[in-house]
Amino acid sequence: MTSILFADITIFVLSLLVGFEVITKVPATLHTPLMSGSNAIHGVVVVGVMVLAATADTTAGYILVLVAAVFAAMNVVGGYVVTDRMLEMFRPRPVPTRPAPAHDGSAPAAPQSKAGTR
Amino acid sequence: MSGFGTATDTLYLAAAVCFVLGLHLMNSPASARRGNQLSAAGMAAAVLTTVAVLAHDHIITAIATTMLAIGLAIGALAGLITARRIKMTAMPQLVSLFNAVGGGAAALIAFGDAISHHGSAGLADLPIRITLTTFLDVLIGGITFSGSLVAAGKLAGRIPGRPLAFPGGRALNLLLALVAVASGITYTAGYGGLPVLGVLAVSALVLGILITLPIGGADMPVVISLLNACTGTAVAMAGFVINSIPLIIAGALVGAAGGILTKLMADAMNRSLTSIIAGGFGTGDEQAGALPAPGRGTVREVTVDDAALQLAYASKVVIVPGYGLAAAQAQHELVELAQALAGHGVDVSYGIHPVAGRMPGHMNVLLAEANAPYQQMKDLDEINPAFANTDVVLVVGANDVTNPAARRPGNAVSGMPILDVDKARSIIVIKRSLGHGYAGIDNELYTNPKTQMLFSDAKVALSALLTGLGAYVH
Repeated sequence: MTSILFADITIFVLSLLVGFEVITKVPATLHTPLMSGSNAIHGVVVVGVMVLAATADTTAGYILVLVAAVFAAMNVVGGYVVTDRMLEMFRPRPVPTRPAPAHDGSAPAAPQSKAGTR
Repeated sequence: MSGFGTATDTLYLAAAVCFVLGLHLMNSPASARRGNQLSAAGMAAAVLTTVAVLAHDHIITAIATTMLAIGLAIGALAGLITARRIKMTAMPQLVSLFNAVGGGAAALIAFGDAISHHGSAGLADLPIRITLTTFLDVLIGGITFSGSLVAAGKLAGRIPGRPLAFPGGRALNLLLALVAVASGITYTAGYGGLPVLGVLAVSALVLGILITLPIGGADMPVVISLLNACTGTAVAMAGFVINSIPLIIAGALVGAAGGILTKLMADAMNRSLTSIIAGGFGTGDEQAGALPAPGRGTVREVTVDDAALQLAYASKVVIVPGYGLAAAQAQHELVELAQALAGHGVDVSYGIHPVAGRMPGHMNVLLAEANAPYQQMKDLDEINPAFANTDVVLVVGANDVTNPAARRPGNAVSGMPILDVDKARSIIVIKRSLGHGYAGIDNELYTNPKTQMLFSDAKVALSALLTGLGAYVH
């Protein structure tokens, strides 16, 4: 058991705990963007592929770098772009209500509509 | 530590902080987009830092630089184009595809690392710190790569969504798992080298395919979450192999996210992870067709005009969407109807079951695409107490998650948390036929005296309802 391994395991375990703590607070409405956004975060493999490229010096190694680079770049770029597209749709919108005709008494305040959806 | 080393390590730390804060900002729809952008900024910082390290160290060969640049360009372009062009209804398979390539890249890092050591020092001298994590990375990364590809194929309809099982499948899986673990342990112990690692990779890839094939459509939200967690773990293992801290941190964060979602989804179906992996549940996409005879009880039908009248004169309406909505791509029609009702003064909300659809939060994304305000989207715990004073529940393409049979023991959905739609004053179900859901049992909701069935395709029915509503809404 080397000290490097132990330091790495420490970081891994603590990051897991931080992850659990942060992610349990994400509402169900955002579960798909959460999944897609965390998908993008594991696109950090692209850094690993670049580090790997520095040690490649055989034909097999070069081919591996090429394939891994395609995979990782697709993961990271596609992941962030698609998550952004999704979250853009979750921008706050006024709930379209007209003061209800005395259904339940609680007339909602008129929403401050910037861009009318109707 | 050199000044350069300190600078790069600080930047990697900053990137990791951006990932955590980015995920933290996802706790509200209002800040989530900023969170994702912060996370992307952290990623850009990590990549640029690595470019600086490569330029500083001067050990990368010209060929490797070229290969890296070409690969990154192709991948980035492919990712950008698909992410821009994809339709929102095709989102589950795209998320699955990106998950696959991430896992594949992680496994390739370990493999590539082994190849580079093979050339120089010899594999037998590698410390266990590297060989063990290489074993785990290739195993997990391989399974998640092929498994996610199969899942994406199933979600896209290229591979049948129903469980594909064959006799002896489980025995074969067990055998493959044994081969994978045995070769992994051999490699970890310093024997066999690259050929053994190759055996491990091949058995992991085949195992990924065989594990995912027998899993039915209804279990997809759990499976995608689990595969996501696996990719995160594989990336963290790749970080152990090449001793890269950003990979370990980011991989662990994703592992945690996937783990939590897996548990939430499995709980929402009241199914254990082992029984889901064992597969065979779910009969695949529902059959359209003529009305099969209802098992018992009478089924009441409703006309479009009558349904529109009831909706128009309700004061509180809850809409319960399910996978049928996504399959019919009727989200725009549904939201238009909801907006018209809300504009008429009706209190409208959406009751969304955690496993409605094919991935966690699938319905929410579809509704958001059609401009539904997220404030109207309620989860199980929020909406269930509200059904008692709801006038009309409109069920669109949801089935098993509304079946009151879940409250009784002894059937396929027993114990599954359901939406208590039968507590409402009346229920309108839009459905093509009385066909079964994934659980393969009759939905007792349909024979409830308060329930009225509107037999039609969701898109057609919703458009007709909107037109019918025009007579009452001005």
